[in-house]
Amino acid sequence: MPRNKDIKKVLLIGSGPIVIGQAAEFDYAGTQALTTLKKEGLEVVLVNSNPATIMTDSEMADRVYLEPLSVDVLKKIIEIEKPDSILPTLGGQTGLNLAMELAESGFLKEKNVRLLGTNTEAIKKAEDREAFKETMEKIKEPIVEGTIVTHVDEALVFAEKVGYPVIVRPAYTLGGTGGGIADNPEQLHEICEGGLKASRVHQCLIEKCICGWKEIEFEAMRDSAGNCITICNMENVDPVGIHTGDSVVVAPVQTLRDKETQMLRTASLKIINELGIEGGCNVQFALHPDNMSYAVIEVNPRVSRSSALASKATGYPIARVATLVAIGYNLDEIKNAVTGSTYASFEPSLDYIICKFPRWPFDKFVSANRKLGTKMKATGEVMSIGDSFEAALLKSMRSLELNIFSSEVAFFGKMTKEQLKDRLSIQDDQRIFCVFAALRAGITPEEIYDITKIDIWFLKKFEVILKHEKKIKEEKLDCLTHDYMLEIKKLGFADKSIAEWCGVTEKEIRALREKLGIKPVFNMVDTCAGEFQAYSDYYYSTYQTQTEVRKTDKKTIVVLGSGPIRIGQGVEFDYCSVHCVWALKKLGYDAVIINNNPETVSTDFDTADRLYFEPLTNEDVLNVLEVEKPEGVFVQFGGQTAIKLAKTVYENGYKILGTSYDDINNAEDREEFDELLTKLDLARPKGKTVFTEAQALEAAEELTYPVLVRPSYVLGGQGMEICYNADDIKKYMSIINLNTQEHPILVDKYIMGKELEVDAICDGKNILIPGIMEHIERTGIHSGDSIAVYPADIAEDMKQKIVETTQKLAFGTKTIGLINIQYILKGKELYIIEVNPRSSRTVPYISKVTMLPMVQLAVRCSLGEDLASMGYGTGLHKPSEYYAVKVPVFSNEKIPDLEISLSPEMKSTGEVLGLSKSFPEALLKGLLASGIRLKDGGAILISVSDIYKQEIISTAQAFSDLGFELYATGGTAHVLNSNFIPTNVVGKLKDPEPNIESLFASEKVCLVINTPTRGHDSTRDGFKIRRLAIERGIPVLTAPDTANALAKALKLKKKDKDLTLVCLGDIK
Amino acid sequence: MKAFLMLEDGSKFYGEPFGDFQNAIGEVVFSTSMTGYQEGLTDPSFFGQILVLTYPLIGNVGFNNFDYESNRISVKGLIIKELCDVPSNWAVKGNLDEFMKKFNIVGLKGVDTRALTLKIREGNVKRGIICVEEPTAEQLEKMKNYKIEKPVYKVSTKRPLFIDGKSGGKNIAVFDFGVKENMIRMLHNRGHNITIFPADTSAEEILEGNFDGVLLSNGPGDPKDNESIIENIKKLLNKKPIMGICMGHQLLALANGLDSFRLKFGHRGANQPVKDLEHNRVYITSQNHGYAICEPDENSNAVVTFRNVNDGTVEGLKYKDSPSFSVQFHPEACPGPMDTEYLFNDFERLMEGFANAKK
Repeated sequence: MPRNKDIKKVLLIGSGPIVIGQAAEFDYAGTQALTTLKKEGLEVVLVNSNPATIMTDSEMADRVYLEPLSVDVLKKIIEIEKPDSILPTLGGQTGLNLAMELAESGFLKEKNVRLLGTNTEAIKKAEDREAFKETMEKIKEPIVEGTIVTHVDEALVFAEKVGYPVIVRPAYTLGGTGGGIADNPEQLHEICEGGLKASRVHQCLIEKCICGWKEIEFEAMRDSAGNCITICNMENVDPVGIHTGDSVVVAPVQTLRDKETQMLRTASLKIINELGIEGGCNVQFALHPDNMSYAVIEVNPRVSRSSALASKATGYPIARVATLVAIGYNLDEIKNAVTGSTYASFEPSLDYIICKFPRWPFDKFVSANRKLGTKMKATGEVMSIGDSFEAALLKSMRSLELNIFSSEVAFFGKMTKEQLKDRLSIQDDQRIFCVFAALRAGITPEEIYDITKIDIWFLKKFEVILKHEKKIKEEKLDCLTHDYMLEIKKLGFADKSIAEWCGVTEKEIRALREKLGIKPVFNMVDTCAGEFQAYSDYYYSTYQTQTEVRKTDKKTIVVLGSGPIRIGQGVEFDYCSVHCVWALKKLGYDAVIINNNPETVSTDFDTADRLYFEPLTNEDVLNVLEVEKPEGVFVQFGGQTAIKLAKTVYENGYKILGTSYDDINNAEDREEFDELLTKLDLARPKGKTVFTEAQALEAAEELTYPVLVRPSYVLGGQGMEICYNADDIKKYMSIINLNTQEHPILVDKYIMGKELEVDAICDGKNILIPGIMEHIERTGIHSGDSIAVYPADIAEDMKQKIVETTQKLAFGTKTIGLINIQYILKGKELYIIEVNPRSSRTVPYISKVTMLPMVQLAVRCSLGEDLASMGYGTGLHKPSEYYAVKVPVFSNEKIPDLEISLSPEMKSTGEVLGLSKSFPEALLKGLLASGIRLKDGGAILISVSDIYKQEIISTAQAFSDLGFELYATGGTAHVLNSNFIPTNVVGKLKDPEPNIESLFASEKVCLVINTPTRGHDSTRDGFKIRRLAIERGIPVLTAPDTANALAKALKLKKKDKDLTLVCLGDIK
Repeated sequence: MKAFLMLEDGSKFYGEPFGDFQNAIGEVVFSTSMTGYQEGLTDPSFFGQILVLTYPLIGNVGFNNFDYESNRISVKGLIIKELCDVPSNWAVKGNLDEFMKKFNIVGLKGVDTRALTLKIREGNVKRGIICVEEPTAEQLEKMKNYKIEKPVYKVSTKRPLFIDGKSGGKNIAVFDFGVKENMIRMLHNRGHNITIFPADTSAEEILEGNFDGVLLSNGPGDPKDNESIIENIKKLLNKKPIMGICMGHQLLALANGLDSFRLKFGHRGANQPVKDLEHNRVYITSQNHGYAICEPDENSNAVVTFRNVNDGTVEGLKYKDSPSFSVQFHPEACPGPMDTEYLFNDFERLMEGFANAKK
């Protein structure tokens, strides 16, 4: 059937902020959907609260709303825009849940709005545990023995019947929030209670545990005529028991015979047919390792993280095709954009192997529990392409940017065989490396299989890697003949590892390799294993014989991407990279991108002229540069990942566009930078550079406590902390020394004041400052975790001072392109805390609210154009009549044992934006969008440390006036009550009931305000209170400034339905 | 010496030998199927061909007792990128190298199979020789003129075989042109009694048997090589309900006066989309053929029932004047998708209808 002509105006619901379990993949899916709908001539309305995305650019849809994602907001938008249809399956679980709620409430019917694609019935059948079970039983598809419970008691009875361990899976949650494996009644009680709470419908599925079976996934697609295909199958290296988002995954399946593969493929098709899916769908199976029995684990009736991965793995644009199917097309009417000659009703064939490796936040959250299970903990992932499993795996490991270039992690090297054996049973982020260490220590694959159930096939491949590792270590340079070098390069060994093992430099190995004539070629990802001529310009490196790169006559510029999504480096940098590519294309260049994150828009083969899916390391990047011979390379848009590569790019004779390598380096180098500030007569908090604990203590004494300590070459505030005394310093230095530390540690005097942030564009002669932002939280909290307000509320003369200082700094650092500066304003004194000669987290949102195409302007400056002639003016851009409030969003509930209080170390995973002509409303919108929603008349628990007791009084008063019931622990309650604010005293955790725990259990509490005395210490009361609240889904504010801002916003007494909605295109 | 594949234009693709070391001449074809190499290797339709697999990791599941499609390897040689020595699957009986040795077939591993595939895809070179030792002038000459001659007779059973079904099952005659065992298994699983006949069995002999239907199987080579078989099929038209698969489809078409042609590089893989024109549905199919049937003209008694979605070629036919139909692809799969298994239901219905009409 061709397109349904009744569809004229479509509303697309985005997935909101990046949280664990819902990351950049939905920007990719949504962007593809929007582009597709627009190409089809449809009018498109988009709602999403996440400003860091490409999809929320005003050009991406006819009407873009950066508004809180709630049913009431959506109702209002539907009333304003009057769309005839909603596309619900492209915005993750968030978008889907909202669409379902709208449909269930009868609102859509009333307004004559239809849901496109998979209908509500089908979604219910897939997502509602009971309905799913019935459906599977009807078509005789085996499922795991399980039962739906709404009470913990029912779960206990069932578990008694089938035996422990059992798995708890809550219905309607993202990333398996609230689930887990219970080995005994006590654990089941705890996990089940949390799961029921997390579930929108208060349901959990309790299942017999099938841990150890192979976990296999199929990405399937069905159109309204009933045509079904599977696009990709995937095998988890980690068997059932670890969330697929936390598993190392390969595509296609490796250890299945054709009959097993076809059995599961047929089951997938049967399932999506029975459900009546119209669009993309993900089906997960458990397959018995010793026979052909299997069980259907889960069905996701929408595009997902796995579908983004499958799209990148195969070259098949699932989101695009799902969108076309949703508006009526059949699969055989949709062209395969890669080949241009075949159709979407075709199953990709791969002639390479894909490896996906999760990126976990434990390098930041050092004290968090690293154990993996059915709750996803990874913030992002990398994908790699190789023509051997070994190459794909090693490439993916070095793409993680964890300084891992081989399978060897020092930590395990010191363990004995017995220790390793014990360690193997712990499923955590390091297990793969533990398996390698175990093999190295002589534990057999069979023994490891018994413990881990990782298929022998993978373990034998690990052994191949180890065999060569051993040989190179033993024979060193002597073994590196032409043939052997070729062999190990085919297996994916990095020059850097080979060099290390041979005791030479990476450069020497590269030179030797080149002398031997061994260089990679680039093969194409073409969806069809070479059967047809393809036009995708999507490449990966391999040590085969023939390169397939197709260049044009145009000049080429390479853009270095930002790698996996992690704390501190989120989707914002992908946004900047994509805009850089677009700007270059517009200027007539061939734009080439190198990146390894399968979730993103930048790695869509349609985005750049040529896409290289490669690790972002010196070696891999140089390989691409050698083939591309670009006019220049952009390193300023890919976050710290790209900046770190500047040295290699520069030293190998390639031109860095924009701020030069030397100048980037000078800005990052503490001493150079201090010298510059002295020269420019600018102030910064006094500081010292140290390497050892003794030096650090000495520096702190001299500067006087409190001091701020952090490593140089910062990424998202890695390891940054405020130290109040010598003990703090000692503790900090002991943690920092766990990791390799090439760069020195910085110790700065901590100054308390107002934090300001500026992004500017500079061409060397002029600067343009789109706007000045102000952080709501005072200094000491990472800028990424602060609420940022644009425009800043500061006096005119200070604005002038900031403009002048910014200009001085931009000129002083010889910035060409973007620069990001963070200031502390204390009284009339302006201190500089950080200068980043690159794009920043705030670029997307400031671009949106000021309507300045910041990245494009920076690109043009970098290519020699004058800022003054671009038509956007210079100096400080006139402030918008709108306030834009960026509110950070955390994934605290996903990481048990994480200290959640705000500090100089960044913890948020995403952000939302509130836009309004009124500041309090913008603030309210931002807070609502971030998920802080207080029940009217609910209870607020306040417990603050002594230094904040005085200033919390006015905030508490405000909440009390707003009708909230206040509870506080002893000291805080005393202060409040003596200030005539009626406050209930509540006992601490240790106290007899009623205490905080029983108060939480009463479900009255809708907010906790708790400032930490000392973070990270999980035995302390404050830490426990915060975690307890988070586990119960109660928002916790740990900075008095945030609480104060919230009270201010709530004073508006507006609910979602009362908000004045802003369409991005209407901002002038 | 390093082993290599030499194509008829002299180009060489280097690798290392495995299986049984010997030079082997054949038609070089590639298959894009990512699983099912054991089924592929034992598919008689590959007779006389050197098979290139585009998926780079081959041998992961070794070989086993369940995945034979005939009792021998039919390919002349196998060309792959990486050979897995240590397979892993519960059904494993040994590794691929052992399997190849068992049937005295040469393999070439470590080859840049993608570069080779891109070359074959051009359609200009068809023949090649796998060399584990320097080829003789004679071998090279033989390679350049290599043609798979009347292969059907070489792979067909030499004497009829009978497989007992369940009571109430149909009696089906299977013309063995190189039949894949799964066709037999599937019919047998449906309870039918099956007699497998040699390719040169006369029509009279078939007609004498009390058969409810005839299945024309798959098989290797150029369909036009089989004049006498085509004549035999002509004699069966309208006398017995007929289903044809792959070679069987082509022979049925030729018997009905249609023509065949050689495809540029064939359809080989498990991801070929075909459209069922009668039900307006697309299915993913397993295919393995180098020839196809030409478009019937408007006066023809043939009706096109399936088309390849990629290149529009004829994938299925039925006939206005006889109870017969055929498909170019493999509804019996193995390897590949089982989407079109329903065609065996169609065959059963056809037999049922024919029997009822005769009553």
